[in-house]
Amino acid sequence: MHDDPPAGEPARARARIGLGLFALYVALYAGFMAVVLVRPDWLAARPFGGTNLAIAYGLGLIAAALGLAVVYMVACRLVERRGR
Amino acid sequence: MLYETSLVAIAIFATFVLGVVGLSFWLGRKGQTAQGYYAAHGEIHWFVNGIAFAGDYLSAASFLGICGMIAVSGYDGFLYSIGFLAGWIVALFVIAEPIKALGRFTFADALDARFRSRGIKLAVAVSTLVVSVFYLIPQMVGAGALIQPLLGLPHAAGVLIVGAVVTLIVVTAGMVSTTWVQFIKGGLLVCFCGVLTVAILNRGLAVNAGRPGDVNLTPQVRTVRPDGTVLVDGRPQARDHDLRPVGTIKELPAAYVGRRATGPLRPLEYFRVLEDATVVTWSARKHEDEAGTHTTFTPTERKGSDLLKPGGFFKGLATGKLADRLDFASLMLALFCGTASLPHILIRYYTVKDAAAARRSTVVGIAAIGAFYVLTLYLGLGAMTSGALDPTDSNMAAPLLAKSFSETLFAIISAIAFTTVLGTVSGLIMAGSGAVAHDLVENVCGIPMTDHEKVRCGKIAAVGLGVVAMGVQHRRLGEPTRAGHAALLAADDQAGDHRRGDRGHAGVTGLDPALGRHLREGLRPGPGGGAGALQPAGAGDDSTGIFGARRGITPHTTPRPGPPLIRPPCPARSRRRPVAK
Repeated sequence: MHDDPPAGEPARARARIGLGLFALYVALYAGFMAVVLVRPDWLAARPFGGTNLAIAYGLGLIAAALGLAVVYMVACRLVERRGR
Repeated sequence: MLYETSLVAIAIFATFVLGVVGLSFWLGRKGQTAQGYYAAHGEIHWFVNGIAFAGDYLSAASFLGICGMIAVSGYDGFLYSIGFLAGWIVALFVIAEPIKALGRFTFADALDARFRSRGIKLAVAVSTLVVSVFYLIPQMVGAGALIQPLLGLPHAAGVLIVGAVVTLIVVTAGMVSTTWVQFIKGGLLVCFCGVLTVAILNRGLAVNAGRPGDVNLTPQVRTVRPDGTVLVDGRPQARDHDLRPVGTIKELPAAYVGRRATGPLRPLEYFRVLEDATVVTWSARKHEDEAGTHTTFTPTERKGSDLLKPGGFFKGLATGKLADRLDFASLMLALFCGTASLPHILIRYYTVKDAAAARRSTVVGIAAIGAFYVLTLYLGLGAMTSGALDPTDSNMAAPLLAKSFSETLFAIISAIAFTTVLGTVSGLIMAGSGAVAHDLVENVCGIPMTDHEKVRCGKIAAVGLGVVAMGVQHRRLGEPTRAGHAALLAADDQAGDHRRGDRGHAGVTGLDPALGRHLREGLRPGPGGGAGALQPAGAGDDSTGIFGARRGITPHTTPRPGPPLIRPPCPARSRRRPVAK
């Protein structure tokens, strides 16, 4: 039989954290897409010590994905400890 | 270009295959029950599962395709990396926990636990099968296309070896052996991409790839005559008269005046120097006459700064047309949503013990895959300037880059390139096997099965899927299929399933109408009429994504050589509704 779906305050709190971080990443991703689609010339600028914005933003999105994933993991652990 | 068979590469690949098959038989006893066969008893450690995520996800398209696209077109290949990785955010924050908590063996379990609908189970099972087959085809085609240059074996041997080995792996121990194969492959792939990247940074950038003299800017002409013989610049192709390798630096930045090589560079410094350098890439133009098909490869000087911004592959971005931009946005949205809908990724959440382990393994997967995509950027740019590229085949960029360092590294990277196919295909066959046995036979058709029968049914389905994958390739229907299309299918179908789920009364007719269109488009033979390889880029490409905009973004203005493993999704032909309603 199926396990019960996640329930209770800890599960809801984890879901809220997940959706919040998801919204943050979507904003970053959408921002990148907007620049690529609307002002691609901006991506040739070099605001970060010589590396252009296209590379910096792309690497930043990858780093942000990992950073937010770690934040989520830690936050979920804290929520679970508090729930106990 | 002609390639010599590398016995070292064959030996490494054979060792890997024998190792994983031996491991599969050794683990066989753990796959005797349904829980073991379909979910590895939920006992896989989260770290192993995380690396297995990478091994499952990083297919030949990721390794060879993206690297080749960056080597040929510059930054635009990295856009695929960004989109593919972003999809894991959806998987972690939105999908992982509910899928793990609600399901048992398959994604259909999770939806069924919520909606209790036979129609939804059917729709999800069919979607799983369709997505799996669509993803299988390019993998098998890739195996066939790569085995000849990489290992020196005939095309059909690649398909048969991958089909047979993977089926054996899945049948012996199901998800247990599949997990360990993917773990080993994922680990090897990331580690050796790291080794190659260190070598690239240590070598730095050099004018004419370190060779004396100026860069040869003379065009080369490759002619394929009607009888199949190949000419290079009017003379028969031979080892001592072959196409020149391409892709190099013509001029270093002013800071290196009077020098022909930069020496070792730091990671970010590499981009800065390349941006200010002059790079010689190449363009390809094809024309036909009674003497055959002629492809002219012309060296083209380009500024590094132009190669490190969008627009090299997605030419439509520069046109300013709304349809082109929507197509690009649509493709990136499909990549974003597609990952979290791929059935062979979703079933991996059932191999760990709880939701916390599912989260941790996803984070490990994101770290491994993210690192791989960053490394791929260096690999692609390193290949672009290595002076070793085959102008006819962008998929060979990574192995040829390795060859520019040493034959041993080439052998290792070639063997790893081929094993990437094994890991992904085993996951896909496993997902399809569960969809047939668990979802269709047991849950939709309502045929009761004992634990042993469920395993046997899954194994029969796995063999069937392996044969289908080899058969479809054999019938050469797979040319226009590509990884991006599979991601689009997955994103679209899962979104469709959720829509149906929201209504809560889906039946057979609830199957997404777009599915049939995808099938027609995906299986439509390419213009080559069965060349046994993926459709060459630039042959009237259109792209579409979730919005299904009609006009393409026209990736190339001139035909590109080689059969890239990464392709924009196929053209949309129907009046599709957008997913996001």
